[in-house]
Amino acid sequence: MAINFVLNDSPVSLDVEPDMPLLWAVRESAGLHGTKFGCGMALCGACTVHLDGKAIRSCVTPVSSIQGKQVRTIEGLASKPARAVQDAWIEMQVPQCGYCQSGQIMSATALLERNQIPTDADIDAAMSGNICRCATYQRIRAAIHRAGQRLSAEQPGSA
Amino acid sequence: MTFDILEPRSRARRNFLKDSTAGVAALAIGFHWGGRRAQAATAPTAPAELVPNAFVRIGTDDSVTVIAKHLEMGQGSYTGIATVLAEELDADWTRVRVESAPADAKRYANLVFKTMQGTGGSSAMANSWQQLREAGATARALLVASAARQWHVSEAELRVERSVVYHDASQRKATFGSLVKTASTLPVPAHVVLKDPSRFTLIGTRPPRVDVPAKCDGTAQFSLDVTMPNLLVALLARPPQFGATVGSFDAAAALAVPGVVKVVQVPRGVAVIAKSFWAAKKGRDRLTIEWDDANAEKRGSAQIMDEFRQRAEKPATSARKTGDAARALSSAVTKISATFEFPYLAHAPMEPLDCVVKLTAQRCDIWAGDQFQTIDQANAAKAAGLDPQQVFINTLFAGGSFGRRANSWSDYIVEAVSIAKANGADGTPIKLQWTREDDIHGGLYRPMYFHKLEAGLDANRELIAWRHVIVGQSIMAGTIMAGLIKDGIDATSVEGAANIAYEIPNVSVDLATMTTGVPVLWWRVVGSSHTTLAVEAFIDEAAHAAGQDPYEFRRKLLAKEPRMKAVLELAAQKAGWTSAPLAKGRGRGIAVAEAFKTFVAQVVEVRVEESGRIKVERVVCAVDCGTPINPDVITAQMEGGIGFGLGAVLWGNITLENGRVQQSNFNDYRVLRMNEMPKVEVYIVPSTDPPTGVGEPGVAPIGPALANAIFAATGKRMHELPFSRSLPG
Repeated sequence: MAINFVLNDSPVSLDVEPDMPLLWAVRESAGLHGTKFGCGMALCGACTVHLDGKAIRSCVTPVSSIQGKQVRTIEGLASKPARAVQDAWIEMQVPQCGYCQSGQIMSATALLERNQIPTDADIDAAMSGNICRCATYQRIRAAIHRAGQRLSAEQPGSA
Repeated sequence: MTFDILEPRSRARRNFLKDSTAGVAALAIGFHWGGRRAQAATAPTAPAELVPNAFVRIGTDDSVTVIAKHLEMGQGSYTGIATVLAEELDADWTRVRVESAPADAKRYANLVFKTMQGTGGSSAMANSWQQLREAGATARALLVASAARQWHVSEAELRVERSVVYHDASQRKATFGSLVKTASTLPVPAHVVLKDPSRFTLIGTRPPRVDVPAKCDGTAQFSLDVTMPNLLVALLARPPQFGATVGSFDAAAALAVPGVVKVVQVPRGVAVIAKSFWAAKKGRDRLTIEWDDANAEKRGSAQIMDEFRQRAEKPATSARKTGDAARALSSAVTKISATFEFPYLAHAPMEPLDCVVKLTAQRCDIWAGDQFQTIDQANAAKAAGLDPQQVFINTLFAGGSFGRRANSWSDYIVEAVSIAKANGADGTPIKLQWTREDDIHGGLYRPMYFHKLEAGLDANRELIAWRHVIVGQSIMAGTIMAGLIKDGIDATSVEGAANIAYEIPNVSVDLATMTTGVPVLWWRVVGSSHTTLAVEAFIDEAAHAAGQDPYEFRRKLLAKEPRMKAVLELAAQKAGWTSAPLAKGRGRGIAVAEAFKTFVAQVVEVRVEESGRIKVERVVCAVDCGTPINPDVITAQMEGGIGFGLGAVLWGNITLENGRVQQSNFNDYRVLRMNEMPKVEVYIVPSTDPPTGVGEPGVAPIGPALANAIFAATGKRMHELPFSRSLPG
């Protein structure tokens, strides 16, 4: 059946099985490969995308449930917080194998889009669903703080 | 892996300059790691490039393309390789890109593995250091000669900086690209002079990783991301017990799933081939298979451990004998003993195993995060009914491995080839995709081990006897590496124990090798993933029995091991071992190890929470890996090794009941998460020794350092892995 939604600001219509997880619709039908498969059970966060601005696990989200909604993947990141996150990721040299990093960046961006000066506890709460087997966690934490500092410096008073 | 123990590096050394493939006529075949150029096939390099050897190409556009013979699986090999070559070339780092080498052991063998191309044993930098320096220096010499010829000046008057050749006296300069055409016509020099380390400008600095930008915007290409016209996705149903086989199956319900194309039986199970992952998954879920368990391993892991425990009481094969440990023990004034139990561990890389195979009657093309190219080529050829030369491997980024992709059976690749063959070998590309459950159930685990240790102190509280018995399964037995087992000792079972660095007059280390039907494999830092824990936790117990500080006790016994002692001292000093006492409810533990000729010491600080739970708060790490090629990559590998090892010793546990693996995904195979990562500080020992590896050694000391910290905080010794078995939730 045809599923209509907005993917990275462009309307799309995908002819896929309604129970197909959004992850595979995005990867195999829409051809966007930045979002990764890690566990298939919302346990690792490698498949994290934004649904109406919130970080969700696309591997357990049936594509039928996103009819008419806004989906954003790593390919569609454009907000100021997203740029700050990606810049900080490069500056702190976060990735090792890199496979989980799209999901990490999506979770971190969702966090900073609602909270520009997260505490370590905020970071733990927002990021503990994203596994990194290379254990780049220390740099992820540092990069989120760095991105947050940049954002608050750019917009004094708004944080 | 310990090939380096068994095959001295000096013998493996060869001179690529004499290789017939070197020189301007060489073909450079590559797969762009960024994936933008699908495959350069086998066309000769454009003449507009300088190709002085198999490791670098320089373009008229000033591009410097480094060919990496090692897999990039997160450890930073591409960056390290490029750094060493670019250093001797005096290349502009911003113009350096990296391409993965094709499978070709003649040009790209790992010199530690001798004739085999592959990545492992933390050997990427150690084996290619000299090779890459010579390759870079050779390219530089050709460019300098080209400039000297054009300007009619002597080469000695020229200098090179950031991809530009300068003649200061006449204020002339030329970019690499402008010199390529002339340089391509010049003979490749037989000898080159390498830089004195004091002149290094890249090595020892922190050039940014070449793979990071693509890994921050989703464009990095993994096997998962390979796509091509008519590609089909296959999922394989494997037996629920190791050694079971397909008895019979009914594919009707699977074939009824829209998108399922075919169901085929292959040696490893029943494969569902479909137009999408989801169709293949639904199809596989609907297969009905009767398994034949006649030859299956049906024991549980508890039963296997019981057998190991009993075996430890019987005589075993000697792996190390110094003095007479038994006699010294009988005369000791103080005796202590302990046993340690280690479970099976899964590698669980973030990218579940996957690869793409395109098979015809004439050739087999493979796209994979390939770690053992030569072995995979041979195994794929055998499965396909082709010659190894007909197998072409495109090595992509691997989403982690930790040893999993480096196995003698090439399990996932052979599965994909056998499925492509069963599908008719008609050139249809097949992507084999493992799920996380396939990965956790899939075997090739870090083996289970049982360790029994005894130590004796004399009246002066000096450590005079050390007896260590190791019981477990051999990693190399039954593989093509079985020939490396010498006198009944698989070095991967005893490394880190048989070579115990402490000066003890009477030492015996014995090994009893057991057989099970559970397939096992090296897992990050291999033998030292269990031996270091046993040795370093037990030496702590010996220090305690001697009434001495565990750091001072070790230090004294390492008087003749300067590098090991130096990292121990550095870690202790930075952690404030003697200068900064901890508050009540906190504990500090120390451990030191040598793995793959890299020395690492770590100090762990833990806090006991009100609930009794242990919180790992801080880890101070000191590492001596010879010449630090890229301190930031070294630091990252120590941080990552610590996090990886912490998760494993706290929670990692694969158990079997009736031969069936009890865990299936990250819900019951628990790994470290963000909120559990301690603060890690890494200190690198300055050195001009040849570089050694950093991908694995950081894992070795973290388990015992944590065990010793928990003892310091709670008085409780950790003898069973994972520690969660003995700790409050």
